[in-house]
Amino acid sequence: MIMEPLIPLYVILPLGAAFLIPVIGRLIKGFQKTITSLVFLFLLGLSIKFIISGINEPLSYRIGGWEPVAGIPIAIYFILDGLSIFMLCIVNLIAFLSGFYAISYIKKFTAENNFYALFSLMVAGMNGVILTGDLFNLFVFLEIAVIASYALVAFGIEKEELEASFKYQVLGGLASLLILFSIGLLYWNTKTLNIADIATIVKTGAYNKILIFSQLVLLAGFGLKAAIIPFHAWLPDAHSSAPSPISSMLSGVLIKAIGIYAIIRLFFNMFAISHEVALTLTTLGVLSMVIGSLLAIGQWDIKRMLAYSSISQVGYIIMGIGIGLLILTTNGNKTIAALSIFGGLFHLVNHAVFKGLLFLSAGAVEHRTGIRDLNKLGGLSGKMPITSSSSLIASLAISGIPPFNGFFSKLVIIIAAIQGQFYWLAGIAIVISIITLAYFLKLQKNTFYGDVKNKIDNIKEVPFTMCFSMIVLAILCVCLSLLIIPGIREAVIEPVVNTLINKANYLLILSEI
Amino acid sequence: MNGMTPIVKKVTQLIVGLIFLYGIYIITHGHLTPGGGFAGGAVVAGSFILLVLAYGSDILKLKKREEGSSVVESLGIFLFIVLAFAAIFIGTKVFFANYLPKGVIGELISAGVIPLYNIAVGIEVAAALFTIFLALVIYKEEVLK
Repeated sequence: MIMEPLIPLYVILPLGAAFLIPVIGRLIKGFQKTITSLVFLFLLGLSIKFIISGINEPLSYRIGGWEPVAGIPIAIYFILDGLSIFMLCIVNLIAFLSGFYAISYIKKFTAENNFYALFSLMVAGMNGVILTGDLFNLFVFLEIAVIASYALVAFGIEKEELEASFKYQVLGGLASLLILFSIGLLYWNTKTLNIADIATIVKTGAYNKILIFSQLVLLAGFGLKAAIIPFHAWLPDAHSSAPSPISSMLSGVLIKAIGIYAIIRLFFNMFAISHEVALTLTTLGVLSMVIGSLLAIGQWDIKRMLAYSSISQVGYIIMGIGIGLLILTTNGNKTIAALSIFGGLFHLVNHAVFKGLLFLSAGAVEHRTGIRDLNKLGGLSGKMPITSSSSLIASLAISGIPPFNGFFSKLVIIIAAIQGQFYWLAGIAIVISIITLAYFLKLQKNTFYGDVKNKIDNIKEVPFTMCFSMIVLAILCVCLSLLIIPGIREAVIEPVVNTLINKANYLLILSEI
Repeated sequence: MNGMTPIVKKVTQLIVGLIFLYGIYIITHGHLTPGGGFAGGAVVAGSFILLVLAYGSDILKLKKREEGSSVVESLGIFLFIVLAFAAIFIGTKVFFANYLPKGVIGELISAGVIPLYNIAVGIEVAAALFTIFLALVIYKEEVLK
């Protein structure tokens, strides 16, 4: 197996930045902003380079250079395959844009050094979760990411933020407990922590009740992290109370990197998936999709509405992947399963882009007016043209209006559902898409159109760095629809789907050493 | 705060150096005996915390912020990642590889980079625990005012 020397940079650079900022940031003004932007820009470039060069078989990196003994892997493996590089690209893209946006936004807070240090730490944790091929290491990086995010949610240290952070910590702690418990069960049962090694043991092993139990516990744990519906209680508070660049990170990538990514990596590549688990996953996805959007309609707080909408959109992703799993477990047509998983992953990247943009534009409105209540806002489109138009693009994209990216990903999911003869699910997905349009029209009307309220008369457009991030994301909202074009689709998303469907591919990292 | 009675102060004076040295011993023997950077760091932080408790926060002339220990904490953890990162350029050129000579098992200077990692972790843990303690002390003083 080829050792790719650049892989650990994804963890080293953000960690190094996080530890340098509290020291050098005190001495040199502006150091913290420059270094975080540069680090994430570099990592984004590196990810794009990997995507363009194409990854046919997984690349791996053994930390510490420990060779396997008698075929048993000892070292912690970092594994870069189609799915990881795809996720890394999204994480570092949103991290760069949010970090750049924060340069102007965070001036109103006092502790800029702490903000950027925690921000880098959170991204280091997410990159680690995505890269690692070791279950316990996954848990460690997951804790790095979520503990940094607890602190970031409470960054405003007002009553509301502290309460949200406390709630998030209690439920997050519960999720970590469940995940650790399940990892313990798996370790006890298989005597190894390496994901690929567990996969080979699980594949050859007979029916095992402990494995089924650990699957359910893992699903509950990562479900809490991903805020799927029965586990969603912390999300609306946490995501709406955090500073806006952080909301955009949390909603855009954190719940995906440590929730959905972990679920699909473990359930596709590690466990021998059973029909019941696939059914549970799909049901949870549909429930989140429906209930999340119904809860979002009634919200009058702009960021809270976006947070509920995240639950609903995550439901779409889970449903797409769940339908794929259902078809695979019933030995159905593999092309339809691949199409459904493609739809789910396509929606994942699209959601990261437009939900990131929606939170950033909500943050821009809050930055200038200081108001989040939809009843008190209105008529901002003339005063803040860039914020208004980028928010409109994102709203149309998330509601599934052509030619924006959200339309195509929802279309693919619905087509796959119909081809797989899940007519009801396809119908529900269409209805929820209409409801999504309804509450985003409410958001647009009450924020940017209608009468100008007296209190918010003399405001102007937000500074350059905030505008820049919003414009880039708005352009991406349009450009990502290109991923549907056959040539580009095969180059970018097809390898990801292949890593998920062909389990044997992932096990290659053990065979050739 | 003014601190405790002369008896406590005198006993603390006698014992605090021993506690500090014991912490250093645990850190430096991390690769030979039970314990290591984390346990030793906690003991070292304990010696500082004992001093503040016995003598009171006035004598230390606490500022509004805990800058010193916070900087040391960041430097400790940065030292750790520099040690790990250096492995990319030395020897087998792998992240986290043990690039120093391993020495004889059981001797104090052996096990390659591991003792250095332990020292970095010890600095980090001692400084971090002390920073948390100071933050609580400063918070309490501000509330009392």
